[in-house]
Amino acid sequence: MAFYFVQFLTGLASAASLFLVASGLSIIFGVTRIVNFAHGAFYMLGAYVAFTLTERFSGAFGFWGGMVVAALVVAAIGVLVEMVLLRRIYHGPELFQLLATFGLTLMVEDLVVLIWGPEDLLGRRAPGFKGAVDFFGQNIPSYDLFLIALSPVVLGLLWLMFQRTRWGVLVRAATQDRDMVAALGVNQKWLFTSVFAVGVFLAALGGALQIPRDAVHHALDLRIIVDVFVVVVIGGLGSIIGAFVAAVLVSELNAFGILIFPKISIILVFLVMAVVLIVRPWGLFGKAEAPARRTPGLTVYPWRPLGPGERWAAVAALIAAATLPFVSGNYALTVGSEIAIFVIFAASLHFLMSVGGLASFGHAAYFGLGAYGVAFLAKMAGLPMIVSLLLGPLLGCLGAAVFGFFAVQLSGVYFAMLTLAFAQIVWSIAFQWVAVTGGDNGILGVWPEKWAASPSHFYWLSLGIAALAVAVLRIIVFSPFGFALRATRDSPLRSEAVGINGKRIQWTAFVIAGTVAGVAGALFAYLKGSVFPDSLGISLSVDALVMVLLGGVETVSGAVVGAIVYKALNIWLVSQTDLSKLVLGGFIVLIVVAFPKGIVGMLETIRNRRRPSLPKTALVTSRIETAE
Amino acid sequence: MSMVPTLLSVDGLTKSYGGVHAVRGVSFELRAGEILALIGPNGAGKSTCFDMLNGQNIPDSGRISLLGENTAGKKPRAIWRLGVGRTFQITATFPTMTVRENVQVALVSFGRQLFNLWTSTAQYARDEAGRLLDLVGMGAYAERPCGELAYGDLKRLELAVALANQPKLLLMDEPTAGMAPRERIELMRLTARIAREQSIGVLFTEHDMDVVFEHADRILVLNRGTLIAEGSPEEVRGNPQVRAIYLGEGLVYDARHREGAGA
Amino acid sequence: MRRSYLLGAGLAIMVAGMANTAMAQSEIKIGEINSYSLLPAFTEPYRKGWQLSVEEINAAGGINGKKLIVVSKDDGGKPADAQTAANELVSSENVAMLTGTFLSNIGLAVSDFANQKKVFFLAAEPLTDAITWAKGNRYTFRLRPSNYMQAAMLVEEAAKLPAKRWATIAPNYEYGQSAVAVFKKLMSEKRPDIQWVDEQWPPQGKIDAGPVVQALAAANPEAILNVTFGADLVKFVREGNTRGLFKDRAVVSFLTGEPEYLDPLKEETPDGWIVTGYPWYSIKTPEHDAFLKAYQAKYNDYPRLGSIVGYQTIKSAAAILAKANSTDPEKLIAATEGLSVPSPFGEITFRKIDHQSTLGAYVGKTAVKDGKGVMVDSVYRKGSDYLPGDAEVEKLRPKE
Repeated sequence: MAFYFVQFLTGLASAASLFLVASGLSIIFGVTRIVNFAHGAFYMLGAYVAFTLTERFSGAFGFWGGMVVAALVVAAIGVLVEMVLLRRIYHGPELFQLLATFGLTLMVEDLVVLIWGPEDLLGRRAPGFKGAVDFFGQNIPSYDLFLIALSPVVLGLLWLMFQRTRWGVLVRAATQDRDMVAALGVNQKWLFTSVFAVGVFLAALGGALQIPRDAVHHALDLRIIVDVFVVVVIGGLGSIIGAFVAAVLVSELNAFGILIFPKISIILVFLVMAVVLIVRPWGLFGKAEAPARRTPGLTVYPWRPLGPGERWAAVAALIAAATLPFVSGNYALTVGSEIAIFVIFAASLHFLMSVGGLASFGHAAYFGLGAYGVAFLAKMAGLPMIVSLLLGPLLGCLGAAVFGFFAVQLSGVYFAMLTLAFAQIVWSIAFQWVAVTGGDNGILGVWPEKWAASPSHFYWLSLGIAALAVAVLRIIVFSPFGFALRATRDSPLRSEAVGINGKRIQWTAFVIAGTVAGVAGALFAYLKGSVFPDSLGISLSVDALVMVLLGGVETVSGAVVGAIVYKALNIWLVSQTDLSKLVLGGFIVLIVVAFPKGIVGMLETIRNRRRPSLPKTALVTSRIETAE
Repeated sequence: MSMVPTLLSVDGLTKSYGGVHAVRGVSFELRAGEILALIGPNGAGKSTCFDMLNGQNIPDSGRISLLGENTAGKKPRAIWRLGVGRTFQITATFPTMTVRENVQVALVSFGRQLFNLWTSTAQYARDEAGRLLDLVGMGAYAERPCGELAYGDLKRLELAVALANQPKLLLMDEPTAGMAPRERIELMRLTARIAREQSIGVLFTEHDMDVVFEHADRILVLNRGTLIAEGSPEEVRGNPQVRAIYLGEGLVYDARHREGAGA
Repeated sequence: MRRSYLLGAGLAIMVAGMANTAMAQSEIKIGEINSYSLLPAFTEPYRKGWQLSVEEINAAGGINGKKLIVVSKDDGGKPADAQTAANELVSSENVAMLTGTFLSNIGLAVSDFANQKKVFFLAAEPLTDAITWAKGNRYTFRLRPSNYMQAAMLVEEAAKLPAKRWATIAPNYEYGQSAVAVFKKLMSEKRPDIQWVDEQWPPQGKIDAGPVVQALAAANPEAILNVTFGADLVKFVREGNTRGLFKDRAVVSFLTGEPEYLDPLKEETPDGWIVTGYPWYSIKTPEHDAFLKAYQAKYNDYPRLGSIVGYQTIKSAAAILAKANSTDPEKLIAATEGLSVPSPFGEITFRKIDHQSTLGAYVGKTAVKDGKGVMVDSVYRKGSDYLPGDAEVEKLRPKE
């Protein structure tokens, strides 16, 4: 019995650190609607700064003071980020802030190595909490007891702050309705800044508090960011109590789960999230989101198919691209093939995200399923390449049909997180099921047949399929189905009132996007000659999101440009420098500030500006004021 | 009147939330070509009643019979398929499309082409969309982005969209809310004309008593979830219970009406 | 709308940026790939090692008179990116061979690439047995002692322990799984009397150490096999120390004696773990002394195991190129099979049968000295003594 009690307490201690970070994220999201990808980076910075301070200043005062000062220092950095960067892009399309914070995260990962060096750092143990307390023969670290006590205290303080201060009342009001607070004449700028500061403070404190039990290193951010998002979503966005309950739930399930299934940790949080979201679409303590507002920043200029001139230009560009094998070497061709494949992948996500209004955080699942589909068919069934290429994507299609059915029941960030959960579940199956997938070591030897083996042939194949995929997706965008999909995105109320079954339309779109992603994955398997669980992973999903956002989420074909720019730059930077993350992150941040509508979005704005100016409507202007 | 078929027949419609009756035993009928107003003070149950008719809310009990088919509990899109067009208190349109495309989407749905992935929408029912836009006086704006329209024009666009499925019944929730007085009259005259010409029944809720008394053939008055009066504008105007409620609410439609009566 | 123009422009820029560079006649290029940005703690010392090697080789007149150039690329820890890099090195840089890699899956990806494109590949650090056995191919050789070899070295010591109840903890991916599997197999062969009472599989890099330690303790093993490393190891050790998990229990641990993993533990280093590793401070051989002196002189820092691997990778590559006196892959393979080269750990041989080098490792016990973790009582174990017999190896490798 004593063991189970101690295991329970241990779970609570794990929950404490998770809760601190998650509460900060939840507060920030609730008020500013920013999906703060950099939250993990602030957590990591908190740990690094606290390490430096606690090493520099000795004694109990130095240690505890160092913790708090570190959190304050990082909060100040957060304020700077909010004022310099995020303030400029509150008007941007939904999720554009995700792109900005993703860029920051990349930069921070390289910066901490530059500043603190590559080695894992071992911080001091907490003065007065170095040992363990004996409980019927079981040892409980006294620092765990401290953490267990701390998290209800933080929860209580946050509760008091929200219930008893004017600031808290405003924050709660803003969580429910941003526009209303703006209408009340509250200075939203400073409200947002202060909320961001509090959130970052909590993240950094969470990081600092890990020093006595963890090593400080440059991958801390990735380790926590996804788990924290999951906790926030399970609890219900914007709900502090929810974050607390979810942190405890996840930690306890893990603590006891490993006793029965020692391999459960890798997937547990995602399983819990998937179940919770299917049963309770807004998390445990979340409320149904306010009626969907029009996506902020959505352009008022309707999409058009290419005119005759533009169509010829597209064909000309395609022909120009097809001449690459005559002017360059094998390496450029292989890179060209890779870019073409990512054009397909980004275009498929763009279809779901821009046309369907469904931002998936787990789109790599269908890319990877397509790749594994090919690997199974080619390696195990020994089918010819053409057949594998045609049938392999069906695995992506199947996956999208199953997961999409559940995912489209949700919307917004909840949709995004459910897709992420599904992707992670698929990833962990590929990772764990060594007998079938080869696990982490992947499936090797999926090379193209002779007719496609030469780099130029494979390049033409990829380019042709990419052109076909983009053309087909464009045709669908302007087909009746495409209009129905946009109608569902623009106004669920109106589309339902004209007889459109929005869920079924979105489900179909999900399957289309998943299948096209599967096509990209199938080609990718042949390009690389092997398949690894990476191609189902979070970082690939994030890459796709970045490509779409970079190109411009409001455009018809921004994803094509986004994919080319991002992928080419990425490959080039990785080849040129070890600090590719720093440069790439900096580039993304610059793009975000310079082109808040994405690259193609910016070009279109310039073109539209040349048109005779039209009266601005109330709809547009009122939105823009919300963040002022 | 008996020659005109009954379009909508509501019988004993009831809905309560946590023991409080929002709508209790409401029954009425609506004939083709008839313009029926549903009025009542705030909280009278108008919206609940309206939402049950259009499928956004499921009644606890009661029957809603549209051309003989019970629609209680059906989804809005199913009710739309039966020939019900509707407009919203706050306009719901597709802001990223042109005016014509807004109508075309409804026509695509009406033509059951929603899962057509291959043909171009631009040519789909283009003339029909133009005709509907002309009907509401929006023909000249057909290629304008919907997001640029003034509010009154959006209301007219919504009417064109609502007419796309050749409806037998129009449900209009506060059709003139947020409009300038002159626009209100124009919109209701337009609606009335279309309704009479095409023999469409119209049920609308409205706060503006000028609009109600000028355009409604009949008026239903709800209070605290029950129907307290029903009849022609004259009958309702004379009903002491109605007067009490509205005077109690501090809404003086009386004075305005007297001017109207003089005209 | 403008996608087409940009597509063309993008490709044009790409082509310009990736133009081929002709290989000068007086140079020999080696392509090198590693996870520099993902795992700087391990790859920085490794890079210093091979840079030292390049300097020494060129100071001694290069390879048959030609200057050695190493073109190094980052793979970001992703197999797909490693292949892109490999492709660039082979297609654009025209390197004579590929070397490097740290993670097993990346090693395998590059090995498969080498097999497909018929390029010579000398894998430096990946531990997976598959690279020389189950998925071995004629173009791939591996320097570092494999998972199996490390397990066999540890089993030799572990079998001497009286402990009968064993528990295992390993990161939940292929490396951890196969390390545990090999250890269990070899151990059970030597000691049929032992029992396996618990196993814990925390996700790599994301150990929730408290509950894991608690769960291990609850199984009450007499000895523990640990395969975790890096930050996971730090958390595991700290949590285990506080909760008394290691008190009166033997622990056998893969790689923990390597400075990369031991140094971060500082004064919290557990006492008496049986580990494989690299006690650079207590190796007293002329070969190692020479290496140590040169390394410290150049970098003013002490070497890690990665430094040895990096140094020896390029030393071996140079020896191969010198012997083959050609960049033809077939001649390189012929030169490498059975080639013996000196190393800071003494002479090593690249086996013909499975392309594994006989580089060994030090086995010893952990201890704390002056607030730092060290290996004591360490003995060098030659790799050749810890590989299965030829008949068994032949069964493990796919037929060509």
